[in-house]
Amino acid sequence: MAAACVLAQHGQRPVVLDEAERPGGQAYRLPGAGLRHGAWTPSGQKAQAARLHAMFAAVADRIDHRPATLAWHIHDGMAHVLRHGVRAGVERFDTVLLATGATERLYPVPGWTLPGVTTPGGAQTLLKDQGCLVGQRVVFCGSSPLLYLAALQYARHGAEVAAVLDTTPRARRLHALPALMAAPGLLMRGVAWMAALRRRGVPLRSGVELRRIEAGEGARRLVWVDAAGREQQLSIDAVALGFGLRSETQLAQLAGCAMRFDAASRQFLPQADLDGRASSGVFVAGDGAAIGGAEAAEISGRLAAWAILGELGAPAAAPEITRLRARLHRLRRFQAGLQTAFAVPDALLAALPDDTPICRCERIDAGTVRQTIRGYVGAIDVNRAKALTRCGMGRCQGRFCAPVLAALVAAERGVTLEQAGWLRAQAPVKPLPLAASLADG
Amino acid sequence: MRRLHTDIAIVGGGLIGSWTALFLRRRGRKVMLLEKGEIGAQSSGQNFGNLRIQGRHVTEYPLALRAAAQWDRLADLVGDDCGYAQTGHLYVALTGEHADRLRHTAAEANDNGVAVEALDGAMLRRRWPWLGEAALTGAWSARDAIANPRRVTPATAKAALALGAELLPGTKVVSVAQTGGRFVLETDRDLVVESEVVVNAAGAWGTEIAAAFGETVPLFVAGPPQFVTDPLPYFVQPSVQAVDGSVIFRQTKRGNIVVAGYPRTATDKLSNRAPVPPLKTVATMRVLATLVPTLASATVIRVWSGIEGYLPDMLPVFGQSQAVPGLFHAFGFCGHGFQLGPGVGLVLSELIADGESPTPVAPFGIERFQNDVAADAKFRSEFDAG
Amino acid sequence: MTARFQRAIPAGGRRVSVWLEGVALEAWEGESLLAAILTQRDCLPGDGPEGARAGFCLMGACQECWVQLEQAGPVRACTTKVADGMRIGPYPIRLA
Repeated sequence: MAAACVLAQHGQRPVVLDEAERPGGQAYRLPGAGLRHGAWTPSGQKAQAARLHAMFAAVADRIDHRPATLAWHIHDGMAHVLRHGVRAGVERFDTVLLATGATERLYPVPGWTLPGVTTPGGAQTLLKDQGCLVGQRVVFCGSSPLLYLAALQYARHGAEVAAVLDTTPRARRLHALPALMAAPGLLMRGVAWMAALRRRGVPLRSGVELRRIEAGEGARRLVWVDAAGREQQLSIDAVALGFGLRSETQLAQLAGCAMRFDAASRQFLPQADLDGRASSGVFVAGDGAAIGGAEAAEISGRLAAWAILGELGAPAAAPEITRLRARLHRLRRFQAGLQTAFAVPDALLAALPDDTPICRCERIDAGTVRQTIRGYVGAIDVNRAKALTRCGMGRCQGRFCAPVLAALVAAERGVTLEQAGWLRAQAPVKPLPLAASLADG
Repeated sequence: MRRLHTDIAIVGGGLIGSWTALFLRRRGRKVMLLEKGEIGAQSSGQNFGNLRIQGRHVTEYPLALRAAAQWDRLADLVGDDCGYAQTGHLYVALTGEHADRLRHTAAEANDNGVAVEALDGAMLRRRWPWLGEAALTGAWSARDAIANPRRVTPATAKAALALGAELLPGTKVVSVAQTGGRFVLETDRDLVVESEVVVNAAGAWGTEIAAAFGETVPLFVAGPPQFVTDPLPYFVQPSVQAVDGSVIFRQTKRGNIVVAGYPRTATDKLSNRAPVPPLKTVATMRVLATLVPTLASATVIRVWSGIEGYLPDMLPVFGQSQAVPGLFHAFGFCGHGFQLGPGVGLVLSELIADGESPTPVAPFGIERFQNDVAADAKFRSEFDAG
Repeated sequence: MTARFQRAIPAGGRRVSVWLEGVALEAWEGESLLAAILTQRDCLPGDGPEGARAGFCLMGACQECWVQLEQAGPVRACTTKVADGMRIGPYPIRLA
C-alpha cells in the first residue's frame, strides 16, 4: 500500500494485484465487512493503520487496484493470475514490486494436526475478519511476540485465555534487550501487552516445553513442562501454536531473484539491497523480503517506490530516503533482537517422537523423514528430501513443513541450516482450479 | 590426485546408468558409476512414469519387451516395488486424423507381440464412463504399466551398490581420453578414474563424451511440461494418452492426477533449468477438463519439467561407438527412456560381458548420424517451434 | 462439541441460507464459509490429516479448508464469503 501511494503521488499509475478482497494484508487488516460497525476493539497500531488506509483511499483514482487477484506464477515481465478464484489471466509489466508478506512459522508438537489447533495469527484473523473466537477457552503457545498480542485481543473480546506459554527462557529475553532497545517504542508496546495480560489474570510462563496436544475433556488437552521441570496439563477448546513468521518468497524465486541465508531469521530470503532492489526490474518489500513488522514493511515499501522512481528518472527525495533508511536499520536491529528473544526451539526438534506429523498435507511423520535422510547415498538437501519423502508435495507447497524439513536434514546430516538449502519454489504458488482454464481471462 | 581403477566406468547416474550398473554387477564385472549431481535427479526422476509398450517406434519393440520382463520382477531386482502397477495404457483419438493414426499404431503393435485392443467410442465409455464425448476411439494395451520415477533410480542404484558397485555422486567427468587401450576419465574433484570400458549414459549431456571421440550427434534438449493435482478419490485406472500427446495423464494410488502435455518446451542444460511456460499449463488443463469433465473440479498444486535429450528421428543413441572399442553409448532417449531402462541395462551388460546380445540395437547406432537423418513426423508436432 | 468457533463480535448484515451436504444452514452476509460452518459444526465436510478437518492457518496459506461448491467448484472456505443459496460439499468430491 505504502509503495503504491508514493508511486501514485509522483505521477505513476501502478497496478496493485492483491490476493485479498480488501487492502491491509495481515497487520493492517480491516475489521470484517460483515461485522457490526464499530464493534471491533483495536489493540495498538490503530493510528498507523488508519493513516495508511486513508492515504491509499486518497490515491484510488490514480492506481489500478485489482483485488481478489492471485499471482500464481511470475517470470519475464508476466504475472500469471487467477481472478476471483475462477478466471486465469496474464498481467504484463516492466517493473514489479513483490510484497508477498509472511505466514507463520511452524514447529511441530505431537498432536498439532488435530482439529482445534491453529496459529496465533490465524486466531487473530478469525477474530478481526469474522468476529469469531477459535474456541471459548484458548491457550497461546510457542514463541513469538504475536502470542501476547493475539492473547490480549482474545481476552478483550470475551475469550478465556488459559495461559500464554513461551518456549523461550526468560533469560534469553533479557539477553536480547540491547538489540530491542533499537526501537524503544516497540519494546514498550510489547511490555504493555504482557502487563495487560497479567492484570487480567492470564498466566504467562517462559522456558516451557510443549509435550503434546491430545483429545481430552473440553475437547483438547495440552501437556507441557514448566521451567522447573514439572509436567502440567491444560484443558482447552483450542490451541494457538506459533513460532514467529516465515517470509513468502515463492514469487521472488520464480521472478529470478537469488536467495541468501539470513542467520537472524534462520531462513533464505531474496537477495536485495536495503531499498529492495533484487533483480532486474524486480523489487521486494515488506515481510516477504525480510521479517520486520508493520512499520518496517511500510518503510521498505516506500523505499522501494523511491528506488523505482529513481530508475524511471524521477528526482530523488534524498533527506526523506536517508531518514527512511536510518529508521529501517533500527527496525532491522530490533527484529534481530526479537529473533533472539523469541527463538525457534531447536531442542524441541530432536526430542520429537517419530510419529509426529511433519507434513500435514501428505501425512508424513518425523520417523519417515529421519529414516529417508539416514538411508540416502550422497549429500541430501531439502529438495531431495522433498522428492523422496513427499514432504512439501502437498497443496500448501511446503509453507509449513519446509523449514522443519530443512532443520531435520541439517540435524540428521550434521550440517548447518544454510547447507540444507531452501525449498525451490514451483508454480502455481497456490492451488489453481482446473476449471479456471475453461473461463476466458 | 587420487587414481581409481575399475573395469567399467559408467558416466551418468540416471536410470540408464543405474540399471547398467546393476546388470553388470549381476555378471560379476567391476563397475564405477559417476554422477555430476545426485543419482536420478534429472529427467530420470522427473519424467511422467509411464511404462508404455504400445505406440513405440517399430524398431524399439524387442527392447521394450525385454524391458517389460524386467519390470515384471522389479521388486525382486531392486528390493522395492517403487509404486509399480500394471494399470494398462489407453490411447484416445480426439480427431478423425488421430483415429487413423491409432488404427495403424494398434496394428503395428499387434504384429510385434504387443496385444492391443481397438475400441470405438461406445466401448470406451462403457468401460471408462468418465471419458467425455471428446474421446472418439481408443487403443487399449493391458500389459502396460506405471511406476514412480522418483523412487526407481535411487532404488536401482542402491541395489547395485549392495552388489558391490562403486557410486560417486557429486563427481562430474570433465574429460575422457583413451591411451594404450585404457580410458582415463578426469573429474572436477581430485580424482582420476581408469577403466577398460566406458558407458556414456550421460543423458542430455551425452553429446560431450561422444564429441571427445569425434562422434557428433544432433541432440537437442527439451522438457515435458507436467503438473499434478490435489488427491481425488481413485477412479482413473489406466494411464491415458491423447494420440497427439496434447494430454497424458494417470492417477496415483494416493489420488493425485499426474498430467503431461506436448508440445514440449525449451530447457537449458547448462543452467539445469527447465521452466514451464504457464500458458502451456493452462492449455493442458483445458484439454484435460474437456476430456474428463469430472476433473474440472480438481486443482493443480505443482508444475515442473525436466531436461531430456532428443534426436530428430525420435530414436536413442544406443550401441557401440564407431570411433573407439570399449566405448558404449546409451543416451538421448527422446522422452521415452523410462520403460526401456532395464532393457538397455541388460543389453549393455550382454554386449560388454558377452560381446553380443539377442536384442537387435543396430537401428539405434550412432553411425546413423554420419548422413543426414530424416526428422520423424512426431518431431514436428510434439515440439514448440520456438 | 457441537460448534467449534464462538462468535464474539455481532454480525452486521442480513441472514442468508446455504446448504451444507444437503442440510440447510443459516449464515450471515459477509461471513466466510469457514466461520459460517464452524460456528455451527465442529468440522468441515470431508477429511483432513487426522480425519476431521477444521482448518489450520485460517488465512489462506495452508490450503486445508477447501470445500466444493456445486455452482462454482472448489474454493477455500476461509477466504470465500457465503452467498444465498450456496450448496457446499466436501472436497475432494465424492465420485458416484
